[in-house]
Amino acid sequence: MMNDDAQDAVGDYRYGFHDPEDSTIRFDKGLTEQVVRDISELKNEPEWMTDIRVKAYRHFAERVMPDWGNCEMLNAIDFDAITYFLRSSKGTESDWDDVPEAIKNTFDRLGIPEAEQKWLGGVTAQYESEAVYHSLRDDLEQQGVLFFDMDSGLREHPEIVKKYFCSVVPYSDNKFAALNTAVWSGGSFIYVPKGVHVEMPIQAYFRINAKNMGQFERTLIIADEGSSIHYVEGCTAPTYSTESLHSAVVELIAMEGATIRYSTVQNWSVNVYNLVTKRGIAHKNSTIEWVDGNIGSKLTMKYPAVILKGEGSHAEVISVAYSGSGQHQDAGAKIHHLASNTTSRILSKSICKNGGRSSYRGLLQVSPKAQNCRSKIVCDALVLDEDSQSDTYPTMEVANSSADLEHEASVSKVSSDQLFYLMCRGHSEDEAMGLIVNGFFEPFTRELPMEYAVELNRLLQLEMEGSIG
Amino acid sequence: MAEEVLRLSDLHVSVEGTEIIKGLSLVINQGEVHAIMGRNGSGKSTLANVLMGHPAYEITSGEIYYQGKPLVDLEVHERARAGMFLSFQYPSAIPGVQVGNFLRKSVNSVQGESALSAREFRVELKQRMELLSMDKTFLSRYVNDGFSGGEKKRLEVLQMLLLQPKLAILDETDSGLDIDALKVVSEGINSMPSQTSSLIITHYQRLLDYVKPDFVHAMIDGNFVKSGGPELAIELEEKGYDWLEV
Repeated sequence: MMNDDAQDAVGDYRYGFHDPEDSTIRFDKGLTEQVVRDISELKNEPEWMTDIRVKAYRHFAERVMPDWGNCEMLNAIDFDAITYFLRSSKGTESDWDDVPEAIKNTFDRLGIPEAEQKWLGGVTAQYESEAVYHSLRDDLEQQGVLFFDMDSGLREHPEIVKKYFCSVVPYSDNKFAALNTAVWSGGSFIYVPKGVHVEMPIQAYFRINAKNMGQFERTLIIADEGSSIHYVEGCTAPTYSTESLHSAVVELIAMEGATIRYSTVQNWSVNVYNLVTKRGIAHKNSTIEWVDGNIGSKLTMKYPAVILKGEGSHAEVISVAYSGSGQHQDAGAKIHHLASNTTSRILSKSICKNGGRSSYRGLLQVSPKAQNCRSKIVCDALVLDEDSQSDTYPTMEVANSSADLEHEASVSKVSSDQLFYLMCRGHSEDEAMGLIVNGFFEPFTRELPMEYAVELNRLLQLEMEGSIG
Repeated sequence: MAEEVLRLSDLHVSVEGTEIIKGLSLVINQGEVHAIMGRNGSGKSTLANVLMGHPAYEITSGEIYYQGKPLVDLEVHERARAGMFLSFQYPSAIPGVQVGNFLRKSVNSVQGESALSAREFRVELKQRMELLSMDKTFLSRYVNDGFSGGEKKRLEVLQMLLLQPKLAILDETDSGLDIDALKVVSEGINSMPSQTSSLIITHYQRLLDYVKPDFVHAMIDGNFVKSGGPELAIELEEKGYDWLEV
């Protein structure tokens, strides 16, 4: 049964159900070097991986909490109360029928197998710490596309993983990247060979079921020269009154002329801390796009980053954040223009209501040697009531005067005239608010695969229901 | 005798404590076209807004009956669903919401989801847009976002034609239109079914050259000072309003 207080706190969260916990392996709560070694041993990992994990753990243990963002919420995280590894199934299946019944039911309720048949090139479904289901279309496999859950990727292609693991996000990057590197489990490993275009999106679905769970997936995507891929991830968790921690690391490598688009619709329940490091490195004439939607979670701190290392490379970060009661979405983008003729665009849209808080935090850097870089940053916030808060923390470090930069920021409110106009067309106040909110997010939703866009609009409509007292 | 659609009796309306409408009475029967003429600030637009239930306007005394029932019991969207329509003088922009989707959603809200199939809706939409000389690129633009004055007014009239109200209130629909646009918009208004009742608010007579009212009311300082037939509109155009002032 769902805890009543938690239900009161979050209202109607559609994915708040949970299965009975039926784990085959569950580590004791709390984190020590031994836990890290045990995870590595259990997974039968090569020694070099164990070494990285241990180094990362030591760094994590020494590293102080960030002194920015929402320190009050961050400092409330009790690392000793978290379970760092939980295995719920014997292995990763490639046939839905072989997935344990309870887990399968969960993903059925989330609509995953249905979506796979209709519009996906590949699917991985992670439940707690590990993938329980995985598939890739035959034609992609034949073209040499590698798509595994990260554990299998390490087993099957250790040479590629060793080369790129921690190459974009070193474990010393921040406290949570260190934590992830120490205890990572699951996530996706993708390699797209030269010139191969993966036309249908590849999807990963992340589900936390257990209480006080920590999910630390690790994703590595390498798009070789002239290739392209669109990767989509979705996240949900049950609603408990105690907190869970989701701390992922995602590393993208776009080789010359490649395109990677990474889309996220994060809809964690509001008891989940979502502290994620996402970064891509873009080589010559390549493109990296982060399309990042944050609807759920208690606290999200996430700033998808692109290092524009190669001349003529391009970065896009399009993000939306919705913050309701008790939520803080601290999100943004980081772009590092290291090479000449690189371009970037950041579009950030946020909505807050019922005392929610959304922050845009961005960093734009242009290095001294990078000539003729262009960047456009647009941040729009929509504040739905007096109790809610929106703030922006933009930082620009520009060391080359040839750069052409634009920055626009706006904070707006829904006007009573807009509501009245829509209500005069037969829409109730909630529906009118939903229309305005969906319209506000439209520049984002139009970038998503249609099924995700429809789902996102529906979620937002739900969030708007009963929003007016 | 025609059925009564709207009845105002001794209506008083205030905005932020200032009385704007001062004891107005009016009956509109089915199929009748009423025009209210008056200068800026006479209370015409206030009347339009209060009829639709704008929250900023307070009815301090008097009654409004719509189809024989007290109107105050209905919320704004319920009034729309009951067949009332307001063509706005200054329609709001709704960025990110495409005109096509918006029209479909509005028709569904007012007439019910099952009233028109998607196909029937498209056919209907195409016909109405042709009548109003609207290009189909309108449908993918955002509602009133970056629209010219004329485009906004066309979209208002298009909505009116699609929603098929029982009572259409047109607030300064002619303002800001050139003569060609005025003709097109008038044609749209005239294509409404004959049983539709209309309340046309304007301060020029020129719209009434194209849309023939049954009754004309001259409004000064929150009340009707004179009512008559179409000839009153011409008289007002020629003589202005000063001669009517007390």
